[in-house]
Amino acid sequence: MSGTHAHSTLYVAPEQLEAQPAPPSTTGFLGWLRENLFSSFSNALMTILSIGFLIWLIPGLFDWAVLKSVWNASSLTECREIIRAAHGEGASGACWAVINERFDQMIYGFYPEELRWRPNVAFILLFAAIVPVLFKTMRALFIGLGVLLVAKALFAVYSALTGQAFDILSPTTFVAIVLMALAHFFGGEEHKKRWLILTGFYPIIAYFLLWGGVFFEPVESRRFGGFLLTMVIGVTGIAASLPLGILLALGRQSNLPVLQSICILFIEFIRGVPLITLLFVASVLLNYFLPPGTNFDLILRVLIMVTLFASAYMAEVIRGGLAALPRGQYEAANSLGLTYWQGMRLIILPQALKISIPGIVNTFIGLFKDTTLVAIIALFDPVGLLNPIRADSDWNGIIWELYGFVAVMFFIFCWGMSQYSQFLETRLRASDRR
Amino acid sequence: MSVAASGPPQAAFRIDMLWTDERYRSLFIQVIAMMAIMLGFAWLVNNAIQNLEDLGQDFNFSFLWQPANYDINQRLIEYNSRDTNARAAVVGILNTLLVAAMGCITATVLGVIAGVLRLSKNWIVARLMTVYVEGFRNVPLLIWILFIMAIVNESLPSPRDFRGEDGLEAGAIVLTNRGFYVPAPVLENALAYVVIAVAILSIVGVFVLRAWSRNYQARTGELLPEFSTPLTFAIATMAGIAGGTVLGLILFGLLATVFVISSPLIFWPTLFISLVLGIGTARWAATSMLSALTIVVLIVPTVIVYFALGSPIALEYPELRGFNFRGGVWMRDSLIALWLALSLYTGAFIAEIVRAGIQSVSHGQTEAAYALGLRPNRTMNLIILPQALRVIVPPLISQYLNLTKNSSLAIAIGYMDATGTLGGITLNQTGRAMECILLLMAFYLIVSLTISSAMNWYNSRVKLVER
Repeated sequence: MSGTHAHSTLYVAPEQLEAQPAPPSTTGFLGWLRENLFSSFSNALMTILSIGFLIWLIPGLFDWAVLKSVWNASSLTECREIIRAAHGEGASGACWAVINERFDQMIYGFYPEELRWRPNVAFILLFAAIVPVLFKTMRALFIGLGVLLVAKALFAVYSALTGQAFDILSPTTFVAIVLMALAHFFGGEEHKKRWLILTGFYPIIAYFLLWGGVFFEPVESRRFGGFLLTMVIGVTGIAASLPLGILLALGRQSNLPVLQSICILFIEFIRGVPLITLLFVASVLLNYFLPPGTNFDLILRVLIMVTLFASAYMAEVIRGGLAALPRGQYEAANSLGLTYWQGMRLIILPQALKISIPGIVNTFIGLFKDTTLVAIIALFDPVGLLNPIRADSDWNGIIWELYGFVAVMFFIFCWGMSQYSQFLETRLRASDRR
Repeated sequence: MSVAASGPPQAAFRIDMLWTDERYRSLFIQVIAMMAIMLGFAWLVNNAIQNLEDLGQDFNFSFLWQPANYDINQRLIEYNSRDTNARAAVVGILNTLLVAAMGCITATVLGVIAGVLRLSKNWIVARLMTVYVEGFRNVPLLIWILFIMAIVNESLPSPRDFRGEDGLEAGAIVLTNRGFYVPAPVLENALAYVVIAVAILSIVGVFVLRAWSRNYQARTGELLPEFSTPLTFAIATMAGIAGGTVLGLILFGLLATVFVISSPLIFWPTLFISLVLGIGTARWAATSMLSALTIVVLIVPTVIVYFALGSPIALEYPELRGFNFRGGVWMRDSLIALWLALSLYTGAFIAEIVRAGIQSVSHGQTEAAYALGLRPNRTMNLIILPQALRVIVPPLISQYLNLTKNSSLAIAIGYMDATGTLGGITLNQTGRAMECILLLMAFYLIVSLTISSAMNWYNSRVKLVER
């Protein structure tokens, strides 16, 4: 055997060759290009088509939205004159002046101007109420309010320089500073319980801030509008639909046939009809079903319907989570002698809700987007405000700027929620890796 | 030693045992729940009766047989303003079903293409698809509908621009800001029905043939002959290109029907992808659906009959008369905007579903199939797709359901669907809110329950049988 081996060594190189560098076409930028963009004929074709599309789209859009845009004007005609003067005949540019002028209306609707600090404070408090639920510490609140205050300060300086009035010493600033200090000094995990007390009381605080009563001047809800209305409907729907959805899901999973069939009927009915029909019910039908003489306002009726709608979807998402839990978990809870509610609270729901987080956040996003439907029953949410603004003789004929603005605002909210959901999934998955 | 008593001591029934004792508790809770629900219902109904009485209204559906007194511009069946409210509602319902069907098909095509391309190794294409998906998923549908309506109305030429010598050239299909005009097939005499009958028969024939060839393969293990890939696609493409002529339309329609019926999820996107991009797996998947015999059975008889009977079907092209186009099929701007918005929006959701479905099949499955010696197209058809489809189809169908329900947003742009007729103008004109909304809800419920029972049937068919 050794003989054959010795024989074959004649053909083997005595020393190892130097490793050569990889060919330049497979490494570095060029390699990346080849690998990712031009790996085959079809790939190259797709790349060229995509680049062509981007070249067609981006420069024109940039030119329109940024280079030739107008920020200060009092009407569309004025906008067009400014653009014509600056860029010559036939040039077209974005007239962001409409956003500039109608910004407050887009945010607050017809909320009385001198009372607009109240929604502002409610919004900041909302942030403070949500952060302890979403994150482990209050750092996010601290950073968020810091950014807000810096932005306000910069805006105040800008206003002072341009000679506009801007009231920086508003209650909003005060509340923001106080909360920031609290978040800084008492923002640790050990104080989380106290922050959660704020969360618990938040609905009451927000109600009095927005609608008034007791200390505050009352504001009728038909004056609500813009993103304020979106936030009111969205946040209420989200907050109320989760517990309702959990109850419905438990009811649907329970072994009490009557309870189960009631829940199934409710869920399937709500999921089977479009939200718009439920909003019609809210706007024209709900009053029929209440005792004669009762008349509570449209926004409240819409809130009820939106909450019912979202809770049916929520119930299905949570039912998925409950069904995904292994049977052993239920049996373990029983064998420990826990009652039904103890077992649910301590063993089943924490796990089931964790599994269903992506679905829950998706439902939230869907609900938030669906708030725009109230425009159809003549409430003035951002979409509902588009027509009145366009009907104004100053802004008659403006389209893209308004749609663009509303779309971007919604995108920021919804995309933010989906990003948070992904962050949370990673965080919770980390606790599974032991 | 004697046993004094067996089992636990039997205590006498006390009232608190209703909610403390397991034996009575569930019954007790259910009785209470039932009573609460019934009382609640009674209260609501009582209030409603009281309120209706106070307002001097009653609850009946006779308004449905009174003249509607309003016009509907987009309609599938004959209708004029003297027709009844019931007929107006039917027109609206058909319009809902029309836009839902159109939307489902295009949304699937878009969604599958975007979902597959999102997984592409091509960096820039994958990023572009991500932008599409995130952009449409995170902005409300209503805004998209209004936005696309604005694009159609503002950026397309008006019919007036086609007038005169220096006007725009109108082709077979005319896109204007008042809607799209497409050629309409016109049946010139009764013989046309023969052609249609032959076409329908050949579509049935294809499915019979397919069942027979599967059977044949199962019995003998032999595959029936197939055309080569390029030829198959040459025919399919020719049919598409010839779309402007009657013959092309017939060919295209036949192919389309068979593929839409046999495999809506896979065929159109894969055909598109393979034609345009030449991606291997997609081409294999599409090829195996088109066997030589299929094409012969499908196309040849119809074409022969069509010419033998002296071309009894003609196309009517849109023509400019006065200020507007006449002739052809007019799809209103609102239909176009709603259709595009629903397709793009739902397509973004379907893209995510398809991506998740493809990613759910582990690569080991492909490798295992290759190790067994299966060719790539068989791997795709027999191993990958069945597993991916099990994940894709249930959420896909619920997206179809969402699309159908979302089509009710038509009311925002004046497309007269069920919500616009029954829940819109009829409701406002007759003031019969309760009846109209009840009917509207019943319609949507029936559609939803039909679709979801189809889904349950599919689910039970493809369910994994576990030991």
